[in-house]
Amino acid sequence: MGPYRGCETISICYINFCKYNLGRFAMISINRRTALKAAGITAASVTTGLSSFAQTVAPIKMGYIISKTGVNAPGAGTTTIPNYELWADDVNKAGGLMMPDGKRRPLEMITYDDRSLTEEVVRGVERLVQQDKVDFILPPWGTGFNLAVAPLLDRFGYPHLVASSLLPTRLDPIQKWKNSFWFLGASEEYAASLAKAISNVGTTTNKQVALLSVADGFGIALAAEMVKALEAAGIKIVLNKSYPIGTQSFATLLSEAAASGADTFVACSYPPDTFALTKQARLSAYNPKIFFTGVGTGFPIYPQINEGKVEGVMSLGGIDASRPTMKAYIERHKAVTTKTPDYWGSPMVYTSLQMLEQAIARKGLDKAAVSNEIRTGTFDTIVGKVKLVGNRTPDNWLLGQWQNGVFVGVEPSNLEGAGKAVIPKPAWGG
Amino acid sequence: MILSTIIFGLVLGGIYALIAIGLTIQYGVARIMNLAYGELVILGSFATFLVVTKTGLNPFLALLIVAPIGFVFSYALYSIIMEPLEKRSKNRGQLEVDSILVTFGLLFFIEGSLALVFGGGFTGYTWLEKVVDIFGAKIELSRVIGAVFALVIGATLYILMKKTHWGMAMRAIATRPQNAIFVGIDQSKYARFAFALGGALATVGGVVLSMYQPFTPTLGVFFTMKALIIIIMGGVGNLAGTIVAALILGLVETFVSAAVDPGLTLAATYAIFLSVLIWRPQGLFSRA
Repeated sequence: MGPYRGCETISICYINFCKYNLGRFAMISINRRTALKAAGITAASVTTGLSSFAQTVAPIKMGYIISKTGVNAPGAGTTTIPNYELWADDVNKAGGLMMPDGKRRPLEMITYDDRSLTEEVVRGVERLVQQDKVDFILPPWGTGFNLAVAPLLDRFGYPHLVASSLLPTRLDPIQKWKNSFWFLGASEEYAASLAKAISNVGTTTNKQVALLSVADGFGIALAAEMVKALEAAGIKIVLNKSYPIGTQSFATLLSEAAASGADTFVACSYPPDTFALTKQARLSAYNPKIFFTGVGTGFPIYPQINEGKVEGVMSLGGIDASRPTMKAYIERHKAVTTKTPDYWGSPMVYTSLQMLEQAIARKGLDKAAVSNEIRTGTFDTIVGKVKLVGNRTPDNWLLGQWQNGVFVGVEPSNLEGAGKAVIPKPAWGG
Repeated sequence: MILSTIIFGLVLGGIYALIAIGLTIQYGVARIMNLAYGELVILGSFATFLVVTKTGLNPFLALLIVAPIGFVFSYALYSIIMEPLEKRSKNRGQLEVDSILVTFGLLFFIEGSLALVFGGGFTGYTWLEKVVDIFGAKIELSRVIGAVFALVIGATLYILMKKTHWGMAMRAIATRPQNAIFVGIDQSKYARFAFALGGALATVGGVVLSMYQPFTPTLGVFFTMKALIIIIMGGVGNLAGTIVAALILGLVETFVSAAVDPGLTLAATYAIFLSVLIWRPQGLFSRA
C-alpha cells in the first residue's frame, strides 16, 4: 500500500506545517487532557462491557496510533482501522484473548490519532510504550508511517506486523529490523507478475505499454520497477509520464495514452487518481486490452462509483473468494464495521492480527517469544495456512482482476484459488 | 489536439472558477479570510450525497436544498463567530489575522465532524454517466456542467454587481471600506450577506464536485488553496478577474501537462502565481 499521503500540493504542505505548529500550542494544554479523557473513556467502555472479567482478570492492553484525520485518513479508514475494530470485536465476543494456560483475558484497546503527521505517530508509539505500557502495538497505516515507527518498535522489542506497506526495494527485514513482519510483498514482485501476465498471452497484445505514475513514494518506486520488469520481458514502454498528487483532470494524459499506440495501460496511481482515470477512460470508451490502475482499484467504492462496470480491470492484490474463511471474513467485516473490506490490504491486515492472536495463545505476553513464534510458526488464517519465510509472507496475490464483481487474484497463477487472467479485457459497459 | 487541450483546460478552469467565486466574495466584501472554505465545499458534497442517496432526488434538485443550507449555515457562522471579531478589530489587518485563526480552527471542526459522521474513507455516488464530444475532446458531462455553472453564476453576479444598487454597495465595501459608511452603507449587513452568499456558492461547488468524483472529509484544504491562488491572482473581490484567473490556471495546467510534462503543472501554477505577485501584487485585473 502506498503512502497516499504528504503534500497534495506545496500549499498543503504549508497548511500541514501550520496545522502542526498551531497544533502544538493547543496540544500542550489540550492534548494531554483529551488524551487522558479518551483513555478514560476507552477504559470505561471496556470495563462496562466486560465488567465480570475486569474484576477477576486484568485485560491485555494493546494500542495503536493511526491516521484518523488528515490526508492518510481515507486509506487508513478503508484498509486498516475497520480490521482493528473487527478483530477486537471478534476477540471480545469470543471472551477475550486465549492465553497459553487455556484461560481467556479481555482485550483493552487504546487508540490515538496521528493526524497524518509522522512526528505524531512516533510520539504516539513512545507514549503507548512508556505511559500506557501496552503489551502489544498494532502498526499505523502506509509505507512512510510504518518505516517511521519500525526502528522504534524494534528498539522497544515489539513485534511489528506491516500489512499496509510494500517492502521497500531490496530491504532484508531480518537484517534491518528483526521483529518486523511484512505481509504485502515488494514492488518488484508486483511488477514482475504483470510482466509475466503480459508475456503469457503472447501476441494478444502488441507488447507496448503506456505507463503513468503519481509523483510520490509509491508511484515512483512501483513505476521504476515496472520499467525494469517490463523491459526485461521484452515489452516496450512507449509512454512514461508522472503527474503530481492532487491532479484534477486526466483527460489530456489519457488521450495521449490512447494516441500512443500501446494497448496496455498501466497507472501506478493513488485512490483519487485511480477513480478519475477509470471514470475518464470508461466514459470516453478508451478500452485497451489491459487496463491496470494502482491503489484504490481493490477498494469497495471502486465498482460502486463505476456502476459496477469494471470487469477486467487489473491492479495489485486480489483475493481467493472461493475460500470459505474468506467469504465468512467479508460477511463479518460488513456486519461489524458496516463497510466492505478492500481486496488487497484488508485481508492481510486481518491475517496478521490472527497470527498475533495465535502466537499469544502459544507463547503468552513475552514479546520476544511471540515475535519468534510469528517468525517460525505456522498459523491458520482467513487466507489459509501461513508460514513466514524471511519475515515475509511467501505467497501474496500480486496481480488481481475484477471478475464478476469480485477482485480475484490471478497471479501467481500457481496459488490455490487463482483465477484465470482475462486478456483482452471486455469493453466497459453492460 | 490543440483544440481539445484548450477545451479540457477551459473546463478545468471553469471548475476552478466555480470553487473560487465564493471565496472572493467572502474575502473581498466580508473581509474574512476563510480558511475553512474548502471544508464548506466538501460539506456541500456530503450534503448532496445524503440528499441523493436518502431521497433519490437528482443532484440538480439537491442543489436547491443544499445551497440554501450553505447560505443559512454561513449566515449563522458570520453572525455568531465573525461579527464579534469584526466589531472588535480596529483595522483590516487585525480582522484578517483574527479571521484566519478562527477559520483555521473551524477547518478542523468541520473536517473532524465529517470524519466522525461519514468515516475517513471515500464517499460518492454515480450519476449522469455521460461524455460529451466538444470538437473532438471527450469530456465528462458533469464537469462541463460545473464549468457552465461557474460562467452563469459569475456572469449573473457580475451583472448584479454592476447594475444594481445592491451591487454598488457591495463594490463600495470591497474597494473603499473606510468610505462606504459615509454614504450610508450598512457595512455589517452587507458583509453578513456576502459571507452567506459565498458559503452558498461554496456548497454549489461541492454539489458539482460530488457529481463527478468521490470525496473525503480531508479534501477541503486542496480547494481552499486552489481558490486562494486564483482570487489573489484575479484581484481580491474582483469577479471577472477571478474567473479569468481560474481559466488561465486551468489552461496552463492542461497545456503544461500536454506539451511539457505533467510533473511540471504545479511548478507552472506557482510560477504564474509568483509572477503575478511580483509584477501585479494587486491582482491581474484590479486597479492599484
